[in-house]
Amino acid sequence: MSEVIAYFPLIMKGMLLTVEVAVLSLLIAILLGMIGALAKLSKSRIAKSIAGTYTTVIRGIPDLVLMTLIFFGGQILVNDIGEKLGWDYIDVNPFIAGVLTIGFIFGAYFAESFRGGILAVSRGEIEAGYAFGMKPQQVFFRITLPAMVRHALPGFGNNWLVMVKTTALVSVIGLQDMVYNAGLAGGSTRKPFTFYCVVAFLFLVITGVSDVGLRWLDKRYSVGVRKA
Amino acid sequence: MDFQVIIENLPLYFKGLQTTVVLVFASLAVGLCLAIPIALLATSKRKWLSAPPKAYIYFFRGTPLLVQMFMIYHGMGQFEVVRESFLWAVFQEAWACALVAFALNTAGYTGEILRGTIEQTPYGEVEAAKSVGMSKPLIYRRIILPSTFRRALPAYGNEVIFMLHGSSLAGLITIVDLFGAAKIVNARNFVPFESFITAGLFYLIITFLIVWGFKRAEHRWHAYLRPRES
Repeated sequence: MSEVIAYFPLIMKGMLLTVEVAVLSLLIAILLGMIGALAKLSKSRIAKSIAGTYTTVIRGIPDLVLMTLIFFGGQILVNDIGEKLGWDYIDVNPFIAGVLTIGFIFGAYFAESFRGGILAVSRGEIEAGYAFGMKPQQVFFRITLPAMVRHALPGFGNNWLVMVKTTALVSVIGLQDMVYNAGLAGGSTRKPFTFYCVVAFLFLVITGVSDVGLRWLDKRYSVGVRKA
Repeated sequence: MDFQVIIENLPLYFKGLQTTVVLVFASLAVGLCLAIPIALLATSKRKWLSAPPKAYIYFFRGTPLLVQMFMIYHGMGQFEVVRESFLWAVFQEAWACALVAFALNTAGYTGEILRGTIEQTPYGEVEAAKSVGMSKPLIYRRIILPSTFRRALPAYGNEVIFMLHGSSLAGLITIVDLFGAAKIVNARNFVPFESFITAGLFYLIITFLIVWGFKRAEHRWHAYLRPRES
């Protein structure tokens, strides 16, 4: 027990990093997911096929493989480009690589739930917007977007919870998140089980807090819906 | 891009493929065997019976597979009881640790899928079985479980794919699965793009095969839901 208290600040530092990675990748994933969903629903055949390939390929390959591919491959790619432009050797920051990779992976998952959400918005509401003389962007931001949130929220919540757990993989590319720090603490105290238990519990705390937040959002966005 | 290296190392990839397939298949089999009793207990009306399996499901679904695997692979040696028993020989083998972690993990997810589908069994079916005088075990065997397995099929298909992708974590603890093979090829030749893209392609192909297989299975087992062909 005394070891846990001694190493608790280190673990908490890791937890902060875990949350940072999760939130920043969430922002990227939402952006990519929205673009992907709109591309899938657009009339352009090129946009549709690019978005289709993106979601199928990403969802068919393990996160870990994509993460190592982007981290180690990105390192080479950046330096190949750098060489041609005459830069010095660049070390790819694992934090940026991790956030970009997780955001890129989950953009594909979010695209699917956003697409479902947009499709669930009733046609009449959108037509009413056009009837008022709104431009397509105005219809999207004032009508489709607020109305789709309620439908996309369950899928969004699931993806977020999966994403929080996926952040554990950033420890593999050397980022000092709570799994990495638990490994350090477990190694030096010879009590790895205890520290991985602590980390598992902290993950449950994060998902528990998210659950409360998601329920609050669900309530807020379902104000206009009658319940039986 | 230099795929010559990959062609030379194809035998290694195929060895990795074999490990991945065996590992995933074994984990799923053990996991399913555990998931059925877990789901049955979790749907019990008695709180003291349903609470432990629900806690199990909550833990394994709420924490990363990586942490669960490390708890077993790195963590088991912490306990003297384990070190002094026959279990120590088991937990010193990386593949046994991976198998145990994956099986327990998928048992949690599959248990939750089955729990949900058991609870959604149309009550009329159960009532009909009761009214013809079936005993409780018989109702489970003939009515509830067959209908549950049918309805759980699409969700279980996702879980199989999830397990396939999760199995790549085995490559982190010295096992030469598909990801482990890619890691070795990359370390020897420093070709991250080629090595990991090859592994990714293998995973992509297996994923497509699983999706196709489950579509066939749904076609067969959900035949009664299809509109009649004229």
